Amino acid sequence: MADMISIRSVSRYYGIYKALDDVSLDIGAGEFFSLLGPSGCGKTTLLRSIAGFDTPTSGDIRIDGQSVIGTPPNRRPTNMVFQNYAIFPHLNVEENVAYGLKRLKLDTAEERRRVGAALEQVRLGALGKRGANELSGGQRQRVALARALVMRPKVLLLDEPLSALDKKLREEMQVELRSLQKAVGITFILVTHDQYEALGLSDRIAVMFGGRIAQVATPKDIYQHPLTREVADFLGGMNFMKARVTGETAGELSVETHRFGNVRVSKPLGFAARDGHATLGIRPERLRVLWDDAEADHSLEGQVVDRHYFGEITHLIVDVPGMEKPLSVSETNNFGADDIPVGAPIRLAYDPDALVALRD
Amino acid sequence: MTALPASTIADPDAPARAHWKDSDEAKGLMLVSPTLLYALALLLLPILIVFAYSFWSQDYLTIDHSFTLDNYRTALGEPIYQDLLWRSLTISLVVSLITVMVSYPIAWFISFHGGVHKSLWLFLITVPCWTSYLLRVMSWKVILGYQGVLNTGLMSTGLIDKPVTSLLYNSNAVVITLVHSWAAFAILPIFVSLEKIDRSLIEAAHDLGDNKIRSFLRVTLPLSLPGVISAFLIVMIPTVGDYVTPKLVGGKDGVMIATAIQAQFGKGANWPLGAALSVTTMVVVSVMAGAVVLALKFFVRRIR
Ligand SMILES: Nc1ncnc2c1ncn2[C@@H]1O[C@H](COP(=O)(O)OP(=O)(O)OP(=O)(O)O)[C@@H](O)[C@H]1O
Ligand SMILES: [Mg+2]
Repeated sequence: MADMISIRSVSRYYGIYKALDDVSLDIGAGEFFSLLGPSGCGKTTLLRSIAGFDTPTSGDIRIDGQSVIGTPPNRRPTNMVFQNYAIFPHLNVEENVAYGLKRLKLDTAEERRRVGAALEQVRLGALGKRGANELSGGQRQRVALARALVMRPKVLLLDEPLSALDKKLREEMQVELRSLQKAVGITFILVTHDQYEALGLSDRIAVMFGGRIAQVATPKDIYQHPLTREVADFLGGMNFMKARVTGETAGELSVETHRFGNVRVSKPLGFAARDGHATLGIRPERLRVLWDDAEADHSLEGQVVDRHYFGEITHLIVDVPGMEKPLSVSETNNFGADDIPVGAPIRLAYDPDALVALRD
Repeated sequence: MTALPASTIADPDAPARAHWKDSDEAKGLMLVSPTLLYALALLLLPILIVFAYSFWSQDYLTIDHSFTLDNYRTALGEPIYQDLLWRSLTISLVVSLITVMVSYPIAWFISFHGGVHKSLWLFLITVPCWTSYLLRVMSWKVILGYQGVLNTGLMSTGLIDKPVTSLLYNSNAVVITLVHSWAAFAILPIFVSLEKIDRSLIEAAHDLGDNKIRSFLRVTLPLSLPGVISAFLIVMIPTVGDYVTPKLVGGKDGVMIATAIQAQFGKGANWPLGAALSVTTMVVVSVMAGAVVLALKFFVRRIR
C-alpha cells in the first residue's frame, strides 16, 4: 500500500511542554487509521498538524508525497470533521454542505447533484432545507461528514466525531462510518479515546501516551500482543505479574512465574530485563472458571473476593495465594458465573500461550 | 398513573384555555408586569404626551386642545424643516456608517488578537468617555479650529501655507466629532458578537477551502451581523437628534433638526410644532433604521 501520509520526527512544543515528541508514522492510502490514547496525549495536536491548523516545531509531514509544512489548511487535500461538528449556524443543511463547493465555481446543476449525492450518502437526503439549529446530534454529525466528503479529500480527519453521541447512536454511527469509508475508499484518520471504537473500526491503530507513539499495529495485534504495560492496560484490562527471566533468545523469553509455572513467551520489541525480571500479563477473559470437577492441563486455585455484574459477563476478583495482586477474571454468564458467591473457593484454567511479556 | 380526565385526552388545549391564569403565559406576564408597568410609565408616557401635543395648537401661552393637523403640515411642508430633517438624517447615516466601519476593525482586532489583554484593551477604549461629553466636543474645536492643532501642525510641516477654514463650523466637523464620541459605543456590541463566534467555525471555513478574506466575509461577518446592527442603531438613532455637537462645532452649515425643535420649545414658544417635529423625526428615524437593518441583512446574505 502506498503511503498517503508520512509523518517524520514531528515534535510540537508549547513552551517547554512537549505535546508531540518525535512522532513518526506512515498511513496508507485507503486505510482506516485510528489515533488512540488518553486525554491530553496529543491526538488532537497531531491531527491538527496534518490538517494545517497547527504547525509542528520540528519534523516533516508529507501528504501524497508532498511536504505540507507551510501549506495553509485551505490548500491541503484534507478535510476535517470537527469534534463539535462546527456546523455554520447561519446556513441550512444544503448550504453547509455546499460551502466548500462554492469556491470551485461549479455550474448550479453539478453543485446540486454533488450536494444531493453527499446528503444521500449520509442518509440526510430529506433534510436539505433544515436550519442548522434544527438538527439532532447525530444529524449534525452527518452534515459535518457530508460537508467534508463532498470536497472529495484524499484524507478525511475525524476528531472524536462520536464522543458527543449517546451510546446507542454512537454504535450505529460506528457501523455507518466504517461502511462509508469502504464506499468512498479514501484514508480516514480517526481520533478517539474509546478503545472499542478504535478496535472495531480501524485497519490499524496508533496508541499514544504523553506525546509519543507507543505502538502501531492492527487491532488484533495490538490487543493480543501489546508491547508495553501502558498499552495493555489502556486496551482492556490486563492482569500483571512479575516473572524471573531464566533464558533469552532472539525472539523468545523463558520465564519462571509464581503460579503460572515456567513458560516461554515471545519477546516484545525493545525488551530489556530489569535485574533479571520481566512483566507478564494475561487478559481477564483468558482465565476460565473450572466448574465442579472439570480438569484442565493448566489451572490455579483461589478464592472469590469480589464480583461485578455486567449483563452478559461477570468480573470476578480472585485472590490466588502467592500472587501480589488478586486476579481479575472475565467470565460469560452462560454457565452461571453471576451466581458464584463472594468467598467461594474457585479453580481457574488458562492457556500458557495467553501469557504475554511486556515492556515496562 | 392515575386516569386522565377525558377532556385532556380529547383536547390537550382545553385545560389551558379553561384556567388561563394558571398557564405559563399568564405566569410570565405576571412576573414581568411590575417592570413592564415601570418601563411603560417611563418610556411610553412622555412619548404619548409629545404625541398629544403635536395635534394641539398654541397661542402665546395658552394651549388649544382641539385637534389639528396644521403642525404636521408645517413640519413636513416648510422647506426649512425638510432641509433640516434631511441633513440630520444624512449626517446620522454617514456618522453611523463611518463609526461602524472604524469600530469593526478595532473590535475584530481585540476579539481575535487581543490575547490575554482583551479586557485591558476594552478598558482603554472607554477612557475618553471619562471626561464630559462637552469637553470632548470642545477639544475638537481646539483641534479643528482656525488656529487649531491640525492647522498649525500642517502649516509647520509645510503642507499648507495658510490655515484651512473648511475644518470647523460645518457638517464635516459634526461628523468627525460624532464619530469620535460614539465609537466606543459601537465597538462594544460588535466585540460581543465577535466573541460569541465559535472559532472552530472559522477553522471549518479554512478547512473547506476559504482563505482568510473569504472566511471573514462568509462566516465572521454574517455571524457578527447582530453586533453590527446594534452598533448602527445605537449610533444612528441618537445622532439624528443630537443638539450639542451641531451647536458647538456645526456653525450655520451644520444645524440639525434638534436645534429647530429646541427653538420651538424655547424661544419660538410653539410646543405643538416642536412636538410635531419630534414625532416626524421619530417616525422617519424608525423607518430609516428598519431600512438599514434590512439592507445590511440583504448584503450579508448576498455574500456566498
Ligand atoms: N495552545 C496550547 N498551549 C499550551 N498547551 C497546549 C495547547 N494546546 C494543547 N496543549 C497541551 O498539549 C497536550 C496535548 O493536547 P491535545 O489537545 O492534543 O490532547 P488530546 O490527546 O486531543 O486530548 P483529548 O482526548 O482530551 O482531546 C495537552 O496536554 C494540552 O494541555
Ligand atoms: Mg482532543
